[in-house]
This record gives sequence, structure tokens and C-alpha cells, in this order.
Amino acid sequence: MLKKKVEFDWSGWLYGLISLGAAIALWMIISHTEAHVVFATPAEVWKAFLEGLLSGKLLLHIWASLRRSLSGFILAFVCALPVAFVMGWYRPVRLLLEHWVKFVKSIPPISYITLIIVAMGVGEAAKVTVIFIGSFLVMVINIYQGVRNVDNTLIKAAHVLGAGDISIFFKVVIPASLPYVMVAARLGLASSLTTLVAAELTGAQMGLGQMIQEASMYFKMDIVLMGILIIGIVGTVLDRAICLLERRLTAWQETRSI
Amino acid sequence: MAGNSEHLSTGVIKVQAKDVKKIYPTSRGDVVALNGFQLDIKENEFICVVGPSGCGKSTILNIMAGLEKPTSGEVLVDGKSVNGPGAERGVVFQQYALFPWLTVKKNVEFGLHLKKLPKEEIGRISDHYIKMVELQDFKNAYPKELSGGMKQRVAIARAYAMNPSLLLLDEPFGALDAQTRTQLQTELLNTWETERKTCFFITHDVEEAVILAQRVIIMSARPGRIKEIVDVDIPYPRTQETKLTRRFGEIKNHVWSEVYNEYLEQRK
Repeated sequence: MLKKKVEFDWSGWLYGLISLGAAIALWMIISHTEAHVVFATPAEVWKAFLEGLLSGKLLLHIWASLRRSLSGFILAFVCALPVAFVMGWYRPVRLLLEHWVKFVKSIPPISYITLIIVAMGVGEAAKVTVIFIGSFLVMVINIYQGVRNVDNTLIKAAHVLGAGDISIFFKVVIPASLPYVMVAARLGLASSLTTLVAAELTGAQMGLGQMIQEASMYFKMDIVLMGILIIGIVGTVLDRAICLLERRLTAWQETRSI
Repeated sequence: MAGNSEHLSTGVIKVQAKDVKKIYPTSRGDVVALNGFQLDIKENEFICVVGPSGCGKSTILNIMAGLEKPTSGEVLVDGKSVNGPGAERGVVFQQYALFPWLTVKKNVEFGLHLKKLPKEEIGRISDHYIKMVELQDFKNAYPKELSGGMKQRVAIARAYAMNPSLLLLDEPFGALDAQTRTQLQTELLNTWETERKTCFFITHDVEEAVILAQRVIIMSARPGRIKEIVDVDIPYPRTQETKLTRRFGEIKNHVWSEVYNEYLEQRK
């Protein structure tokens, strides 16, 4: 009903291509100046990419990084949901936790990586823990804002339709906060990737951060640049995936323009 | 003024507001929103409340709905003291208050599911009331796809679906354009005549109050109390043509000047 026909967005694609072409052109120009010492050319980066792909090593790096950041992120998401909802719904819990959440969130995870490594060793657990903490706090704050922002008229409407506190929580508060949950998931995922690289730079067997670190020691700038770009691409792809999910789950939103 | 006696078929008291007082504590001292509010509403009666903003009209409605508690005094519905919201009292809000993640049909069925009625019955009831507000073609649409008037129709259908004996309407047409508003007034009057529910309707539109109500309550501001109760002795069914009659004009002018005086008083 009332469904608009989705037309192919020619101008959007055209400008996208122009923008991409311009970026590559700029990259080529820069890499053909003295900056070449640091900036490898697109061709060199492409070659490094193919070599990594063919040797199979690159995929192992990507997989190691993805597994770390996704397990930290998913764990954080699963924990952040109940904590944030309880914080938003019960005043005493909010008063007890809010300041601590905000305080720890204001500390960049990189600064407590050392502490966690000393406590937990250099293994996977330490890295996942650092990713978890950063991602968890970002998501708690955002989901809990959503719970606090639920339109009071909707709660009143549910009350007069005979809903008790439990029904209101499950049938009004949770669906009404869903848009915030989706935004929180995007921010939490971005945070998990940021922390991931920092955690991997401190020492790891595998992973994109480790790959960059190692390549820079031998001054292989093509691999460094390639690693950076892959992190960007992975981040973008994951963000788009959540975006698509968000559009499906919260299509009912008034402000969403399709 | 006995023109409406045929509509007050039972004469049984439905709602009794007994010396209701409401004080809101604020940082600049207490604000008395209502003081000594006293009113009896008969079964099936249509009451409209008009008054300047800040006269406590919404406060008394919220107290009747059970969404707020009076500081002192009480409201009785069917002889029982109101203590929290209940499904026998339906409320229609100015801001529609539809659940944006539910379709029209699911919105209308929201309270019915809470009542744990059998599935077929829920479907039958929602179909009936969606038909009543003429939104059959939109029953699977989401609120964002509807105009303001359609949204308010859904809210009215949702309230009626619960089969309340008392309907509380808080400036339901306040946000609508003039044309949609008159259309919904006519629809509401028709529904009231067929469904026979007691209506307590708050508005700031004097014409709307007079075309709908059997009795118009004029409130005075700060502290909110009843200034005058005007009987509208114009027989039903009323239509938009009723607004052209001499009697309608007289009553409307009277109510309007009273409300205006109240407004001037308030500004002093």
C-alpha cells in the first residue's frame, strides 16, 4: 500500500563515480611526487592486494580482525541491551550507573589497553575485552537515551488501553526505542573497529592491525596503505549492512525518507 | 431548557466530580490548576468543556482518565472512585498517540489483545470500527502514511474498539484544518447517536463545543473552576446546517463572550 516505485538513481551513481575517480586521480598525483616515499601508487597497492590474496595471508588477517571485532561487538550488544533498558526504566539503577558509564566512556580504550594486557595477557581474551568495553559503553549510552526519549503520550495511550507496566515495557518502550538501538549498533560497531586496530598494534599474531604494524617496520608502504583501505572497506560494508537492517526494521519511522 | 431530555434517556449519574482540587508544585511556588471542581455527568450525555488555556481542562480530563491523581476530592465513575486508568474509560489525545510501528489494524487491536479476547472476536471488532471511521482501505497502512484527520480517526476507532462507557476527548480536533475538523465533528456526532457513550470533550473552539454538546461547561482560569454551565437546547440530529440557525448563533455568542471575558480577566 502506498508503496513508491523505486527508480534507479542515475545522478546518485554518476556523482559517486565522479567522486571515486577524483579521489583515485588525486591519489595518483600525490603518489607521483616526493610523497611517494610514504604514499604508494594505486597500482602498487593493487599489486600488494593481489599478492596478499593469492598467498592466502590477507584473508587470514581479515578473518582474525573480523572475528575479534565482531565477537567483542556482539557480546557488547547483547550485554548493552538489558543494561540500557533497565537504566532507562528504573531510576535507582540509572542514578547508580549513569555517571560511571559516562566517565569510563570518556576514556579512550587505547589508554587502558596496557592495563588489560597486564591483567589478562596478550591473548585473544584481552583484545576482545578492550573492544567489548569501548563498544559496550557507546551502546549503553545511546540505547538508554532512546528509552528515556520514548514519547510520554504513547505510554499514556497504552495505559488507558489497559496496559500495565510490563506490557508497556515490552509493547511500547522496546519498539519505540528500536531506532536508537539501531543507531547504537552502528556506533558500537564503528567503535569496535577503532579499538580493534589499537589492540592489534600492541601485538598480535594475525590481524589487519598487526599486518600494518609489521609492514611499516620493513617500510612496505604499499601493504600499509592497502591494510588501511581494507579496514575502511570492511567498516563501510558492515555499516551498510546495519543500515539495511535498520531500514527494514524501522521503516515505520515518520522521519525516514525512502 | 428541556430540549434534550430524550437523549438523557436514563438520567443515571455516570461521572461525579466531587470538590476536585489539583495543585502542581513548581520551583516558583504551587500552582493551583483546579479548585472546587464539582460536576455531575449523566449517562449518554455529551459534555464539552471550554475555557482559556491554563484553566485546568486537561487536568480534570486526566484525573477522570486516571492518569493524574487529584490533590484532594475525588472523581467517581459509575459510583466507583477513579484510581488509575481503566479500559472502561477511553481517551483520545490531541496528538493522536498512535503507535507508529503498528499498522492501523494493529493499533485498533492493541487494547483488545491486552484484554485477551479470542482472535476471531478481535478481528471482528477491529474490522467493525475501522469500517466505522471509513479506513478499510488503509487498515494495513502505517501511521506515517496517513493524514492528520485519518490518524485521529484511527485513534477514535481504537478508543471505541475497547467499548468504553465513557469517552474522554482532549482537544481531539485541535491540530486539524477547519474542513477536516467539521467533517470529524459530524462523524463523531453520528457515532455518538448510534453508540451511545458518555462523552467528555475538551476544546478551545466555541463553535465546536456548541454544535456537539448538550451542556457546555465554561471554565475560569487560575484556579480552574466551573464558571457557568450552558444548556444547548438544540435537538439532535445536528448537522453543519444547524450552525446557520438563530438559536445556535445566540448560544455560541453567549458562550464566546463568557470565554472572552474570562480571557480578559486572566490578562489583568
